[in-house]
Amino acid sequence: MSNKLTPLWEVFIRSRNGLNHKHVGSLHAADSNLAVQSARDVYTRREEGNSIWVVRSDQIVASDPDRSSENFDPASDKIYRHPSFYDIPDDVGHM
Amino acid sequence: MYSQGLIGADDKPIENEAFVAAFQARIDAEEKIEPNDPMPEAYRKTLVRQIGQHAHSEIVGMLPEGNWITRAPTLRRKLALLAKVQDEGGHGLYLYSAAETLGVSREQMTEELLSGKAKYSSIFNYPTPTWADIGAIGWLVDGAAIMNQVPLCRCSFGPYARAMVRVCREESFHQRQGYELMMALAEGSPEQKEMAQDALNRWWWPSLMMFGPHDSDSTNSDQSMEWKIKRFTNDELRQKFVDATVVQAEKIGLTIPDPDLKWNPEKNDGAGGYDFGPIDWDEFWRVVKGGGPMNRDRISARKKAWDDGAWVREAANVFADKQRQRAEAAKMAAE
Repeated sequence: MSNKLTPLWEVFIRSRNGLNHKHVGSLHAADSNLAVQSARDVYTRREEGNSIWVVRSDQIVASDPDRSSENFDPASDKIYRHPSFYDIPDDVGHM
Repeated sequence: MYSQGLIGADDKPIENEAFVAAFQARIDAEEKIEPNDPMPEAYRKTLVRQIGQHAHSEIVGMLPEGNWITRAPTLRRKLALLAKVQDEGGHGLYLYSAAETLGVSREQMTEELLSGKAKYSSIFNYPTPTWADIGAIGWLVDGAAIMNQVPLCRCSFGPYARAMVRVCREESFHQRQGYELMMALAEGSPEQKEMAQDALNRWWWPSLMMFGPHDSDSTNSDQSMEWKIKRFTNDELRQKFVDATVVQAEKIGLTIPDPDLKWNPEKNDGAGGYDFGPIDWDEFWRVVKGGGPMNRDRISARKKAWDDGAWVREAANVFADKQRQRAEAAKMAAE
């Protein structure tokens, strides 16, 4: 018996046209065909979507959680990126 | 920020009638079209061209404003302008990605911009000689772009619509910082107010041209409306922009440079709206076709950026290859 592991796949479902594919979970499958078929069986039994993407989990590159403060905190003091930072009279219409 | 009416699309469907009818039925039912769905070749080509022009406009649009980053009069204004120009770069990237879902490559789009084959919004071929131009661009050019882009969030092509949702969310800050800047100048010294008025004088008509030719002269408009790529005609959007903007100018004591501008209570089905004077379409076409004051500068700036960046792209690829080889070698050694 081979001790080769069955690869893990991340599954993304588009619930209807116009929306992004959204991550719904993962599953094990030997290849991409089987992964799509399994995703269909596991994740779309109740009309959850009309399109499936699968991506091998080991192909996903994630940001390092240990660096999340240096990655994301700098945005928190840049309030000038938000519309409310600018003082505009209310009676000039929506802007 | 910056779309304008599609310039120069004349594609008609080439597929058989049943196919085209089935596609149109989906559009009429307000179904979104996604990249893997069957679609008429002309629909695909129109979108590639429109999204490409839109993306190029975002990228070229960074140039007139970038011109003032080093000379912004205060740190507050500098931060706002930097953040805005950075956003425009991001908008270009969202849009290029949306176009790429239709099977066109980024390299091909870039090449078409640099060779002059692909168009971009005529508005960026005007110069920004004074600081007030930064205010006028945010207020008027982004204001006009918002009129265009909000309906594009409901465009029939999913990836374009989704990119536009993201863009529009970021757009409000752009217009507000511009208007606030104009307001500050208009409330300032007589020279500052004059500078604001001068910028309005120079940007007003080009902003109206951003919506593209009149409906009666716009050959591609009907098909785009039918496909629900467009939701409003050029003239409808232009009218909305004028009606929204006149009151904003009045509020800060600036004058729209149009002697024919007049309130007409019968416009907009009796809701009222402004009549405005004739647009110089000769100027529009001259600028679109490369004869604007800044066309050559804009394209040569993009070419320079592309050429100067060549060694960076090359080095990054060589480095990536080397990393890959090392990782493979390490893996082999471990086995």
